[in-house]
Amino acid sequence: MNEFIKDFPLLENRKIAYLDSAATTQKPIQVLEAVDSFYKNYNANPHRGAYSLSIEATEMYENTRTKIAKFINAKHREEIIFSKNATESLNLIAYSYGLDNLNKDDEIVLSIMEHHSNLVPWQNVAKKTGAKLNYMYINENYELSDEEIESKITDKTKIVGITHISNVLGTINNVEKIIKYAHKKGAVVVVDAAQSIQHMKIDVQELDADFLAFSGHKMLSPLGIGVLYGKKQLLNNMNPFLMGGDMIEYVHEQETTFAPLPNKFEAGTQNVEGVIGLGAAIDYIENLGYDKIQQKEAEIVDYALQELRKLDYLTLYVTPNRKHHSSVISFNIKGVHPHDVASILDSNGVCVRSGNHCAQPLLRSMGIDSTCRASIYFYNTKEDIDKLVYGLNKAYKMFEKYIVK
Amino acid sequence: MEDLTDVYNELIMEHSMNSYNKKKLIGADFCEIGHNPNCGDEISLEVKMNGNIIEDMAFSGHGCAISQASTSIMIDTLKGKTIDEAKEIIKTFIEMIKREITDEEELKKLEDAIAFKNVSNMPARVKCALLAWHTIETILSTNYKT
Repeated sequence: MNEFIKDFPLLENRKIAYLDSAATTQKPIQVLEAVDSFYKNYNANPHRGAYSLSIEATEMYENTRTKIAKFINAKHREEIIFSKNATESLNLIAYSYGLDNLNKDDEIVLSIMEHHSNLVPWQNVAKKTGAKLNYMYINENYELSDEEIESKITDKTKIVGITHISNVLGTINNVEKIIKYAHKKGAVVVVDAAQSIQHMKIDVQELDADFLAFSGHKMLSPLGIGVLYGKKQLLNNMNPFLMGGDMIEYVHEQETTFAPLPNKFEAGTQNVEGVIGLGAAIDYIENLGYDKIQQKEAEIVDYALQELRKLDYLTLYVTPNRKHHSSVISFNIKGVHPHDVASILDSNGVCVRSGNHCAQPLLRSMGIDSTCRASIYFYNTKEDIDKLVYGLNKAYKMFEKYIVK
Repeated sequence: MEDLTDVYNELIMEHSMNSYNKKKLIGADFCEIGHNPNCGDEISLEVKMNGNIIEDMAFSGHGCAISQASTSIMIDTLKGKTIDEAKEIIKTFIEMIKREITDEEELKKLEDAIAFKNVSNMPARVKCALLAWHTIETILSTNYKT
């Protein structure tokens, strides 16, 4: 039994092995109650009313911005922009920075393991500006080698897009090195932290990241809230992404001046309940501590790798360097399609993701169409892994005599 | 939870893993690609006509056992049928999967394709079972307008 399950009503109510936290995490009661309490006691539109209820709502909203700034050690609180999710944050960078700052013959360098959300927007920028899009490919260990990084990032590179942790492979990329090298070449670095912030401490100043994006729902908070961090000087020089209410200063019939940061990038009424929930999620993570999260995860991931490696019908797509691997495990039963495996696991109460994980270029470069993916968080147990292994054995037995070898 | 051996039955397994309909057709009149973008399943369906009769069909591509078997069994079922008969069978199959028809008598015209009846209990897999059927539906409706 895991001591944290009592905090997660869904895990208590449904007797399932939830191994899809990389898609979205379950939510602790503390987060659910914070959202509930907001609507019962503080609901008003922030930044709008002169009455005290609206001012209280504004304070809660803005205090969470400060909390997030501290959480990732941003230098200024206005460097934190609220969005819908990591995807919207990354689109904001591509539209408001990429389109205005890239030119023909400039280069954009992405890792091949980028999620579509940090890839498709840059394809659009490349097409519209004439910039060239280049990729850093993975080696036989499912990692980016130093040589690959140094051969792809050049003096022409203006943007480097890198996922901190791959959502398919679980590989932890050496973002410190990539950022240092990219800065030496004069490039701006966009870090996708959607798969890392729930597992490890992020210090944007220490990393020296120019932009960093993440989603709340993958780190215990409600769906529909995301964050963009950007260096103040970069954000100040960018045009707004969405326009409308609350992001303006003066609006005339033909001209508008825009509000200063952070409001410039937050048009329209925001997802305040999401922000409140995200604040509560950060409190939960900080109370628990990243050390504890990592210790608990490592225990389960080590056990999972040990048990899965015993299954000789399984292909695992995991780096052998345990230190470079987080908590996502992709695998296939040789000769059986992952959707069939996922359905059979589902019928045994095991939730895994199957498909291309919004990373088609990565899978194509690996010569496969799709994988099954089990992703682990601190609330998982060894029993969850036992159920997974039991289900896999069952799936293999069902298909065994039909598999063309 | 339910046991899936009624979905992954012998007939479906045989057709999905070693289908004799997975080949290239010589002299095909139509070829259409069917694709489920969020799961990556992709089939290419070839059809050879003789007047208003579907003379032969074949497929290539990749996907899960359900999408592959459904394509292969559909080919067995529709081969030799007239366009109108085929359209009626396609409509019945789609309605069976969407649980709009449950009457066994009415489902008899599906022949072996009735084996997919239990997929209607697996909402996540409905698209897999329907991929080939939507593809042939497109071929017939674009080329033989009623």
